[in-house]
Amino acid sequence: MTPILELDRLGKTFEADGHSVVALADVSLAFERGECHAIVGESGSGKTTIANLVLGLMQPTEGEVRFNGVKLPGLRSRQQKRAIQLVQQNPLSALNPRRSVGASVRLPLDVHEIGPSRERAGRVAALLEEVGLDGEMARRSPRGLSGGQRQRIAIARALACEPELIVLDEPTSALDVLVQARVLQLLHRLRVAHGLTYIFITHDLAVVRAIATRVSVFQKGRLVETGPVEAIFSDPKTAYTRQLIGAVPVVTPEEAKLRDAIRAGSEAAGT
Amino acid sequence: MSEPGSPVIAKRGGSRAVAAFFGNPLSVAGLVIVVAIVLLALAADYVTPFPEHVGPIGDFAAMSAAPASPYMLGTDTMGRDLFTRIIYGYRLSLIMAVVVLAIATPIGVIVGLVAGYRGGWTEYVLMRITDVFLAVPPLVLAMAIMGFLEPTLLNGMLAITAMWWPWYARLIYNVTRAEASEGYVLAAETVGASTAHILFREILPNCWPSILTKMTLDVGFVILMASSLSFLGLGVQPPTPDLGSMVAEGAKYMPDAWWLSLWPAIAILLVVLGFNLVGDGLREAFEAEG
Repeated sequence: MTPILELDRLGKTFEADGHSVVALADVSLAFERGECHAIVGESGSGKTTIANLVLGLMQPTEGEVRFNGVKLPGLRSRQQKRAIQLVQQNPLSALNPRRSVGASVRLPLDVHEIGPSRERAGRVAALLEEVGLDGEMARRSPRGLSGGQRQRIAIARALACEPELIVLDEPTSALDVLVQARVLQLLHRLRVAHGLTYIFITHDLAVVRAIATRVSVFQKGRLVETGPVEAIFSDPKTAYTRQLIGAVPVVTPEEAKLRDAIRAGSEAAGT
Repeated sequence: MSEPGSPVIAKRGGSRAVAAFFGNPLSVAGLVIVVAIVLLALAADYVTPFPEHVGPIGDFAAMSAAPASPYMLGTDTMGRDLFTRIIYGYRLSLIMAVVVLAIATPIGVIVGLVAGYRGGWTEYVLMRITDVFLAVPPLVLAMAIMGFLEPTLLNGMLAITAMWWPWYARLIYNVTRAEASEGYVLAAETVGASTAHILFREILPNCWPSILTKMTLDVGFVILMASSLSFLGLGVQPPTPDLGSMVAEGAKYMPDAWWLSLWPAIAILLVVLGFNLVGDGLREAFEAEG
């Protein structure tokens, strides 16, 4: 089966003041449908560049990105944009403070003319309920909502596009631990329910162990190692990966409980 | 289900701004002045004692009369009631300010939004044109334009509009630059929203506090500019009552007929002060809203 997304010898070089900085070099990687593929690495490893290239926010200097076997052009069609969505790191800035929660979630429905317009308000309420919020919240302003609530709204907005692939750019790093666990549970449940594929960008290996199915490790813009999450953690092949993993303590009983709960889709974990 | 600590019973942004505005005695004083002047100007035909003094002819038996009943603020050299002419002068000034801002603001805002969001060559061209206008002192530019146009009310408004929009372009350009890096703009882009939607539905609502504050402050400045032009003989022509012309006309008779210039000058001061206090109050209120 064709992978949902393929990076083929992808490279990105930035030119600034006569210097060129290689952000990503010769990366070939395939993402299978339905997996939660974590991209890990330190700052400057090229994680965010991958996200921007996959979302079409910047153009590669070498290689190409293929979606369902088709090369993604520089100017993407609406359909191509709709299929790949983003959940950002900072939930505080991801929602327009001067538009209601409902207007933010409804935007994709209007842009892509999803469903008849008179049914869209109901669809917004259903999306909010699906991410564990009250449908009535549509009328509220994002001001005064917690980080966790805002991140759920951002997830509902991404879901409204009915995407195939969601790029999660450190979606829980701005949240406190308890809220983080619940958002991770939600993400896991949605992936299973909708058959979504995730590219989960993070530097938090505990989160990776809890939610990812595959891991790709990046260092200075290059792919160092890729494989199933258990294999990478139990038998890292490179010194860099060993070093990264070594920076995280061994699986604590709480972390194991969280992981099992997330995998089981239980709502009880983290409380 | 909601997150822990979520039931934040915070006042909504809007009501917090209203509370901040009315909690400031200076803003309230400004609002009282503005509302009083606007009401007087609107009802000029009914509240002024001698509405017929708007034209060239007054009471020839009481030319340059000092303030006394029935002319509480005195009369001008044609025997026309100063109070009446000041109220009609307010009406003209306010119409001028509203027309100038109604034309200049949308032009400046659109230029600023497009330049700030698109960047690159679009930004370079639009903002350099703006800079050219900003480089010339406003009154000099307006005088230059009036130099080759007939000194009429319409041309006066045109001249002031031509030098007013760049200030809005510069302001909104800066606000847009800041807003364009916010996550909600990125979200609208990844969702596939059009540029028009992003500019007018996402970014513009976040510019409203800046626009409203500046417009309020500017009403006073436009009136001052219009008065300056007519003081120099380049604006509204007699016998139309205009505050700037009245000050200029009366200055010839200082200090003997002091009331000729003093009351119109105080009238200009009052309206500019009123709108400035309201503008400052709005700015602080929007800051409180966060």
